[in-house]
Amino acid sequence: MSTATRTPGRTDGAPAAAAAPAPGAMTRLLRRWPAAALVLLVVAPYSTLPLPGLLDGPVGSPGSLQLLATCLMFGALATGYDLLLGRTGLLSFGHALYFAAGSYATNMFLLEAGLPFAAAAVLGLCSGTVLALVLGSVSLRVTGIGFSMVTLAFAQAGSILVSRNPGGRTGGEEGRAAPADALPSWLVGIDHTANLYWIALAYLVLTLVVVRWAVRSPTGRVWEGIRENERRVEVLGLKPYGFKLTAFVLAGALAAVGGLVHLLLTGGSTPQTTTSDFTLSLLVMVVLGGSGTRWGPMIGGILYTWADHRLGDLAGSGAVAGLPAVLRVPLSQPLFLLGVLFVAVVHLLPGGLARLPSRLRRPREENR
Amino acid sequence: MSTVVLLTMTGLGLGALYFLIASGLSLIFGLMDVLNFAHGALLSVGAYGTWWAASGNLPGAGPGGWGFVLAVLFGTAVGTLAAVVLELAVVRPLYTRPREQVLATVGVGLAVPALLSGVWGPDARTFPGPEALSGTFGLLGADVPVDRLVLIAAALVVLVALRLFLGRTRHGLVVRAGVEDRAMVTALGIDVRKAFTLVFAIGGCAAALGGALGGLYFGSVDPRQGTSLLIFAFVVVVTGGMGSVTGAAVAAVVIGLVQQFANYYTAAGLGDLAVVVLLAVLLLVRPRGLTGRLA
Repeated sequence: MSTATRTPGRTDGAPAAAAAPAPGAMTRLLRRWPAAALVLLVVAPYSTLPLPGLLDGPVGSPGSLQLLATCLMFGALATGYDLLLGRTGLLSFGHALYFAAGSYATNMFLLEAGLPFAAAAVLGLCSGTVLALVLGSVSLRVTGIGFSMVTLAFAQAGSILVSRNPGGRTGGEEGRAAPADALPSWLVGIDHTANLYWIALAYLVLTLVVVRWAVRSPTGRVWEGIRENERRVEVLGLKPYGFKLTAFVLAGALAAVGGLVHLLLTGGSTPQTTTSDFTLSLLVMVVLGGSGTRWGPMIGGILYTWADHRLGDLAGSGAVAGLPAVLRVPLSQPLFLLGVLFVAVVHLLPGGLARLPSRLRRPREENR
Repeated sequence: MSTVVLLTMTGLGLGALYFLIASGLSLIFGLMDVLNFAHGALLSVGAYGTWWAASGNLPGAGPGGWGFVLAVLFGTAVGTLAAVVLELAVVRPLYTRPREQVLATVGVGLAVPALLSGVWGPDARTFPGPEALSGTFGLLGADVPVDRLVLIAAALVVLVALRLFLGRTRHGLVVRAGVEDRAMVTALGIDVRKAFTLVFAIGGCAAALGGALGGLYFGSVDPRQGTSLLIFAFVVVVTGGMGSVTGAAVAAVVIGLVQQFANYYTAAGLGDLAVVVLLAVLLLVRPRGLTGRLA
């Protein structure tokens, strides 16, 4: 049902050529859109183009760049998360933990140990990865939904630990700001937002490349097999446990890098990133965009993050305040809108946005 | 000694609360393979329904005497109704897609607390409990709050009622058979979908009762209460063995006690961690949970 979107390399040419009589230069150009989009994204900080409604200021202004960088970061995070959900069929509810570990561990190595930024970043990444290895090897002992519950429980434990502020190290509910003087100067301050934006973009490209490489590797094929039918993989003589753990650790490591980017982007670690709501929002991104597709999770992450910021503005706007209570109360709750949107996507848009074009195309082809 | 008694009773009360959520969760999971993320929302609906009725909004209901009983009945009924609506409107249309059933309940689990917080504000509301249940009684030298006893009694009633229903009635037989092997029950020509609605209603009823009594236990209701209790209910379901009501009861008692004792004898908050550590250790020793049932 979905081979066309999952393995574009294999099926791209044939159906496209069959549908269009002359696969001209146009089609070939269209297929290069990722490269074009990347170029556009790289030069975005130099642009003064205003996008009224979409962004508050011109594209290159620090405020817009900050929002764009956040969007790209979540696009990448969702892509990494889909390595579990869409590629291996593992529904983890604890992904926030590894993201937060990357952020908090790096921050603590900076603050408590006084390490230089590069060393703290590497140690932070290692902490997130090791945590994923340890907790993944325990939670993968249960399968199916039980695994989901266990990952959630671990993440909740992490969240509680962070909010209890052990030894004053995590800052509790307040979170903890990163020490500006310990960071390289080109990463600090509003003048350097463009650098942070490029870091977020690099993180997105890195994640896309790693995920694509991993999915196409022999291990990736086993993941696909596990997603479709784990028992069959076992019958073939392979042990799913090791493959699932590999996916879990890889996704955890990517999330830890994301935590690092988030630390730089927001200038600190916040306890909101440890909550189960945070993982659930990742889940919403992936499902909205299209789980198991190449671009879907990224699109979902970018759209969600943008809508989340904009919905916050909408909820506080005068237009909503003037509505009767029946409409105003739900509209003023971003999480309510989000939850309803999520239910609607699951019901009305199976496969997410990424599958929308093919769903629209199919009825037309049947009419021919 | 008196501290130990008090901690035991408080732990049992908490365990009773966990059981009220976990029993429905476990049955829904066992029967439908659906991890109902909206279950905490059902608890919140029950809690707010009871609070709303007991605050004098429902004629005849109030914070004292039979008025409070009426308020609890009202909250439980609203929660049960919400569960039935949830099953019919959100879960049933996705009958053939279990994974997406889970996702849809995640959406409901986000939306309902947000709606409650939109209508009644994000802050905790004082729960109007009856005078008779606010006192304490002496037990082996400890002054134990009466509400703990009410929770334990309610959980015992629900446990016995569920066991009788599952063991002695035809509907219960269908549900139990469905938990064991859904495909076989369907092949015998029994409409398992009716059992789904029934199980959702039962689960919602127990969770809403948990919400009403949870208000008594905590002394307040807030929109996030259901979700935070839900996570411990998940731990209970995994620990007890998925789909088993008795397993859930045993696990709820263990988890409630461990949490209370660890919170008291170590630093506050470590009890919550101890529960998760307990879960990890159990999974390392027995991946199938206490009763040996596997997901």
